[in-house]
Amino acid sequence: MAFRQSVAGTTHVFQDLRTLLARATPFRSGDALAGVAAQSGAERVAAQRALADLPLKHFLNEAVIPYEADDVTRLIMDGHDPNAFAPIAHLTVGGFRDWLLAAPPEALPPIRRGITPEMAAAVSKIMRVSDLVAVAAKCRVVTRFRNTIGLAGTLSIRLQPNDPTDDARGVAAAVLDGLLLGAGDAVIGVNPATDNVAQVMTLLEMLDGVRTRFDIPTQSCVLCHVTTALLAMERGAPTDLVFQSIGGTQGVNESFGVTMALLAEAQSAALALQRGTVGQNVMYFETGQGSALSADAHHGVDQQTIEARAYAVARAFDPLLVNSVVGFIGPEYLFDGKQIARAGLEDHFCGKLLGLPMGVDVCYTNHAEADQDDMDALLINLAVAGVTYIMGVPGADDVMLAYQSTSFHDGLTARALLGKTPAPEFAAWLERMGIGDGAQIPARMAPALIGLS
Amino acid sequence: MTLIPANSLRRFTTARVGLGRAGTSLPTAAHLDFQEAHAAARDAVWSALDPVALGLEAPVVQSEARDRREYLLRPDLGRRLREADRARLPRTGGVVVVVADGLCATGVQSQAAALLRALGADWPVVVALQARVALGDDIAHAMGAAAVVVMIGERPGLSAQDSVGLYLTWAPRPGRTDAERNCISNIRPGGLSHADAAAKLHWLLRGARALGASGVALKDDMPAQNRLAP
Repeated sequence: MAFRQSVAGTTHVFQDLRTLLARATPFRSGDALAGVAAQSGAERVAAQRALADLPLKHFLNEAVIPYEADDVTRLIMDGHDPNAFAPIAHLTVGGFRDWLLAAPPEALPPIRRGITPEMAAAVSKIMRVSDLVAVAAKCRVVTRFRNTIGLAGTLSIRLQPNDPTDDARGVAAAVLDGLLLGAGDAVIGVNPATDNVAQVMTLLEMLDGVRTRFDIPTQSCVLCHVTTALLAMERGAPTDLVFQSIGGTQGVNESFGVTMALLAEAQSAALALQRGTVGQNVMYFETGQGSALSADAHHGVDQQTIEARAYAVARAFDPLLVNSVVGFIGPEYLFDGKQIARAGLEDHFCGKLLGLPMGVDVCYTNHAEADQDDMDALLINLAVAGVTYIMGVPGADDVMLAYQSTSFHDGLTARALLGKTPAPEFAAWLERMGIGDGAQIPARMAPALIGLS
Repeated sequence: MTLIPANSLRRFTTARVGLGRAGTSLPTAAHLDFQEAHAAARDAVWSALDPVALGLEAPVVQSEARDRREYLLRPDLGRRLREADRARLPRTGGVVVVVADGLCATGVQSQAAALLRALGADWPVVVALQARVALGDDIAHAMGAAAVVVMIGERPGLSAQDSVGLYLTWAPRPGRTDAERNCISNIRPGGLSHADAAAKLHWLLRGARALGASGVALKDDMPAQNRLAP
């Protein structure tokens, strides 16, 4: 179906829903690379006006990628809940924006399964930064494994102790540094330098050893490919969470070497281990705008809409944690600090609206036009928006992945500025261990206890 | 309680641990150390590979990206071989090594010759400019190669602007996905050594040959080497 909209005496025509969504998207380099961006500011506003007038019901009748061709579309359409949709079924996209801004927090969870990712993406495209923050701040999503993530007034941190050669002592030193600065309640999660089963198992055993030695109420994860995690579990490695990068089309997931069936198999295997103490959310997903275009699997759909579709995949597996790695992919998708900041807030908003425990890796690479000031501004916006968790990397410098994320210090700053605390079980543990201002190492956390001597 | 001595954790890692605090923020010296490293990394992104100084007897080709800015904004062009260079490639039925600048030329510039010696094989080499990993597929396919090893500069980080990655792709042709490759990363002084990288590459190559495929189908379960020794 084609859409027409006049702006300042010129009539703009958008041939279908995916084109309308793409042209309505605030400018970013990835959509220009894909050839789907609006050609002018006027065309973008025309698309935004046409989108605002579109009934939400239309999204149930026109898929941006054909149902027959894509298993993510099938997941979205087959999983749509008409009863959850009923309270908003009469609205247009513009009306939905107004409704979200006025709604009390308790009105949002009941409609989650009635919102498709494309509806969430659409409404975000006609929102300003303050709108994205205000609505996300009303969303509460709580998940559990060995602690409780996402409660009101909390901000959790993934402790990310990566090492360029997976050296166990290098990882352990970064873990201890992070714990002493209050990080690690979301997960202690290492990106392995190589996807080697033996190496992954060594890291899993080391992380589990630190956790049990200090009796930390948290979970660990080695962020290997899901097939490697399956092998590690088969061989008896202590596996809390299963990680996987996912995207919003069948093609991008194939490029990651995953299918829905494989994710389900991994979830079952992790559940069977029954390692969670207060809950059984066992999956951890990462996403990011641009991955589908990078894999040539975008079907002419803009990158932010595809990113929101990835959240449909995530929510099918009841994850403990989901985060967009927003600035990691590079300047060809998000060119500068402005584009990264908006994308991070869009991703957080869409994830939360759809019911995910959404964190954000507030980050940038050295070939993007961005710096620490840009990240500080995004971090504070996200913290106000109630982001579930952020990353904690020693000194903001990931020495393995060669990019900059948030530091342990940044996490402390965000918590202090907004009066946020870690997950309650973890906060109690910090207190119990005598971890205070980070200037001192309590005797019961001596480095020698975890092999650092 | 014991005060954290400056080096109590730092001797185990190159990560920025044990930085201390000013309120909840970084002390001034640690903050400026970071700014200096970021400036160096930004400059490294714009460094250029000098093919002559590599000292290799190899044809030099370029992707369809004409300059660095276009390379950064158009990765699709960085994956395609410039048409004029196609005819200049020799034919081979075996393995070809593509030495590529990638996102940072400095590590490839300094390590390519030594890393090729460590690989110890008599494979033909092609030097590629403004190159993404997948450019190796286009080059190797044009040469009729059975496999391609792309030796490419990795995105510069704050602590390392000289890191090289090796990407192995069996039966390379345009359209291969990243899931069909195996990667060995962080090859640099202070990272993975040339000897370890070469051993792993040969191990993966034997596996790929036996399996007739590379990527996630080829599990990297080579026994871990002892990296805990000082």
